[in-house]
Amino acid sequence: MEITELTVHELQEKIKSKELTITQITKAYVDRIQDKEKDVNAFITTLTDEAIEKSKEIEEKINNGEEVSNLAGIPIGIKDNICTKGIKTTCASKMLENFVAPYDATIIEKINSEGLINLGKLNMDEFAMGSSTEHSALKATKNPWNLNTVPGGSSGGSAAAVSANMVPWALGSDTGGSIRQPASLCGVVGLKPTYGLVSRYGLVAFASSLDQIGPITKDVMDSAILLNLLVGRDERDTTSLDTPKVDYVDCLKNDVKGLKIGIPKEFYAEGLNEEVRASLNNAIEKYKELGAEVEEFSLDIAKYSLAAYYIIACAEASSNLGRFDGIRYGYRTKNYESLEDIYVNSRSEGFGDEVKRRIILGTYVLSSGYYDAYYKKAQQVRTLVKNEFDKAFEKYDVIITPTSPVVAFEAGTKSKNPLEMYLADICTVSVNVAGLPGISIPCGVDSNGLPIGMQIIGNRFCEGTILNTAYTFEQAIKFRDNFKPTFKK
Amino acid sequence: MAKNDYEIVVGLEIHAELKTKTKIFCSCSNEFGGNPNTHCCPVCMAMPGALPVLNEKVVEYAVKAGLATGCSISKDSKNDRKNYFYPDTPRAYQISQFDKPLCNNGYVEIEDEDGNKKKIGILRIHIEDDAGKLNHNEFGAGSLVDLNRAGAPLIEIVSLPDMRSAKEAERYMKKIKSILEYIEVSDCKMQEGSLRADVNVSVRKKGDTKFGTRTEMKGMSSFRSIVRAIEYEAERQIDVIENGGEVFQTTLRWDDISGRTFLMRDKEDAQDYRYFPEPDLVSIRLSDEYIENVKNNLPELPESRKQRYLMEYGLSEKDARLLTASKYLSDLFEGTLKECSNAKATANWILSDISRILNEKEMEADQIPFTAKELAKMIELIDKGTISSAIAKKVIEELFENPQDPEIIIKEKGWIQISDEGAIREIVLKIIEANPQSVADYKGGKDRAIGFLVGQAMKETKGKANPGMLNKMFIEELSK
Repeated sequence: MEITELTVHELQEKIKSKELTITQITKAYVDRIQDKEKDVNAFITTLTDEAIEKSKEIEEKINNGEEVSNLAGIPIGIKDNICTKGIKTTCASKMLENFVAPYDATIIEKINSEGLINLGKLNMDEFAMGSSTEHSALKATKNPWNLNTVPGGSSGGSAAAVSANMVPWALGSDTGGSIRQPASLCGVVGLKPTYGLVSRYGLVAFASSLDQIGPITKDVMDSAILLNLLVGRDERDTTSLDTPKVDYVDCLKNDVKGLKIGIPKEFYAEGLNEEVRASLNNAIEKYKELGAEVEEFSLDIAKYSLAAYYIIACAEASSNLGRFDGIRYGYRTKNYESLEDIYVNSRSEGFGDEVKRRIILGTYVLSSGYYDAYYKKAQQVRTLVKNEFDKAFEKYDVIITPTSPVVAFEAGTKSKNPLEMYLADICTVSVNVAGLPGISIPCGVDSNGLPIGMQIIGNRFCEGTILNTAYTFEQAIKFRDNFKPTFKK
Repeated sequence: MAKNDYEIVVGLEIHAELKTKTKIFCSCSNEFGGNPNTHCCPVCMAMPGALPVLNEKVVEYAVKAGLATGCSISKDSKNDRKNYFYPDTPRAYQISQFDKPLCNNGYVEIEDEDGNKKKIGILRIHIEDDAGKLNHNEFGAGSLVDLNRAGAPLIEIVSLPDMRSAKEAERYMKKIKSILEYIEVSDCKMQEGSLRADVNVSVRKKGDTKFGTRTEMKGMSSFRSIVRAIEYEAERQIDVIENGGEVFQTTLRWDDISGRTFLMRDKEDAQDYRYFPEPDLVSIRLSDEYIENVKNNLPELPESRKQRYLMEYGLSEKDARLLTASKYLSDLFEGTLKECSNAKATANWILSDISRILNEKEMEADQIPFTAKELAKMIELIDKGTISSAIAKKVIEELFENPQDPEIIIKEKGWIQISDEGAIREIVLKIIEANPQSVADYKGGKDRAIGFLVGQAMKETKGKANPGMLNKMFIEELSK
């Protein structure tokens, strides 16, 4: 088996048994990037030379008998909206095309102190706004399963890179489905943690009350390993929470006997691709076989989630993106005679259409006279969504839905119609609106060989439960042994 | 109608910078000044991804201010974003408080025009961050942004429109300044901008129950300009109405040099700040114990000090009020009395010469360069007869210039009072000889001539001779 096909826990074993060295592993990934990047276009910045340099340092430490963490020398890719000191953080925007953060995100500090090796910064929809990575101002990432289709978004670069074995795992961010949806379209595992579980310090904000950083990995075990590293209260993010320490790897029991699974029928309504429906039905049958108790129920409020989500997310974004004003950093227009010119022209030229659309929408819903009808109403819906999920979790341990109503779609087919693109998030947004954890794992492929994703939603801080639910299914169907991306053109 | 038929209505929004060690949302130094952009970090420069963390001291200081002004303290409060673009506001929003301020419904007491006690209502006190500073190039070659002040903590104290004259507004603001100094939450240095006010003025015909349309003058930072601006603006509004016009709700800029207000923006350009709850910060929850604890640790406030001065030191109502109006003067008074027991004299020196010099030098009381101990020493020297009060006036001047032990000052300057009988007699004889006319006047029954002679002797000795002894000795000699 190729080195780059191995999961992180497999790499860890081979490092331990001295079958593989750190430099061998890094070199293998650098070669793979050089081989596949021209097809996939996952990276905005590659750090191949730096990565090889760092792998040598770590290997020397190991050879000198120094104690290193068991993640030391494992490569990783980082979504390009997470700040990395001295390395460009572009958010895939012309606005920040040459922006170099003067500091590391808390999560990057953790990654660096463990000795993980950053292979580069990964493409995304501009400022994480989009579901296909076509809204990147810098490049269009391709889905390794079919290069004519999109990888999903906004963490499309991260999902495609993991899927194409160009990184063993990656960090994404998820505001309305931006980890889970691309993971689904690329046939990999994506976890959005409970709001507040992972520090947001250094994540360039899209919608502060919804954003979370999470892992995109080849399998569920790796997801648990990376989550173990990410979690924890951060003094620099007051919305991050102090929760009892859980070892998520220990939660993987490969057993769902007696697990109560709720199936919200609204997520299986019209508009769901029939092949996706069939695949989900098979998965549900598999869970029954494995001893879980499955019950259909109604989550009626969910149909308002998408509207509430777009109001809240755009409102917060319109304010969060105000700082990109051409004054202190980022893009500044060459064409100005007044302060107003600097603002208007820098922002008009520096932001892409989708970002502008959302800023305008968000500005509108916060305007005096409209606030009550939109923003306030959306917050009320948000409370109702939370309440309804709370009620559901009194009965069920997990809730299972499709991650995306469709498989990877062809590039260009939805990017002209924003509303249709927004519908790609229909299954994932309510999880962010309610602040819950959700994981997407592959559950099959369609007739064209494109992967189908299943979303498992848990109660707040029950990442252990959804990871075990996902892991048990994964062990039963062995998706990775049966399906691989083809790089079909 | 005459000007007297109108009533002026004033409300103030006072912004006070809190003197916490660090800024409101990051750990940068909150010290005034510094080289441009040296008290900055990713948070207060609004780097992408940086997040605010609320400084607990800021909450404590605001709660103190609320308790000292009779406000009720909200146990459930939150921060909100106020969105607008300006280069001194790096996030493009100020983090303030919109509908749930920390403190509500307080008041302070002032004296109205007739000397009666009057309550001025405080609607609310909330916390927010200050903006940076723009340094405009004097040749018009652009502006430079200095973010040292960005993120400095402020409280905004919003009064009710309870003031009816410029004088009342000044008294109210002085009262607030004094309280903030007493509870030690703000330096209140108006010249550094750490205390400033937005002034709202309207006029109405006496007897009207409805308020007139108000105009707002932003960022006023001296008592003198506040008084002038209110008087000017009220008069302007009365003129407009008297000439059949209408006052429009506008934001104005007061120009101290021309003594006029200028239009900054009218209602049409009123900004829509699009307030919404700050999602990066959790809500502020305060327990009863917390509030009780802050309350129990409040220092003595001016009103209570004043009462004490009346009772303990027998000062007049006016002196006690003037002394306690400034914490620094009041502290100097109490500090001096730890070293000397002459309360009357101490009060007099502080309220007359020291206050006069402060005024002349345009200094604030906290800038007094000498110590209470030094002032006490000087008063003792007068009481012991070592110096005359004429010399003491010079000592005070010297204490401002070159503060040190007054005993050293008078030695170095040779200001010790001449009380030696032989020396005094010598001077007296010399003056008698030089002023035969005055001597004749005295002998002819004009007692006042003694005063002239004593004055001449003082002049001759540059104020060093003991005036009591001079007086006695002139009478003695001229009676011979």
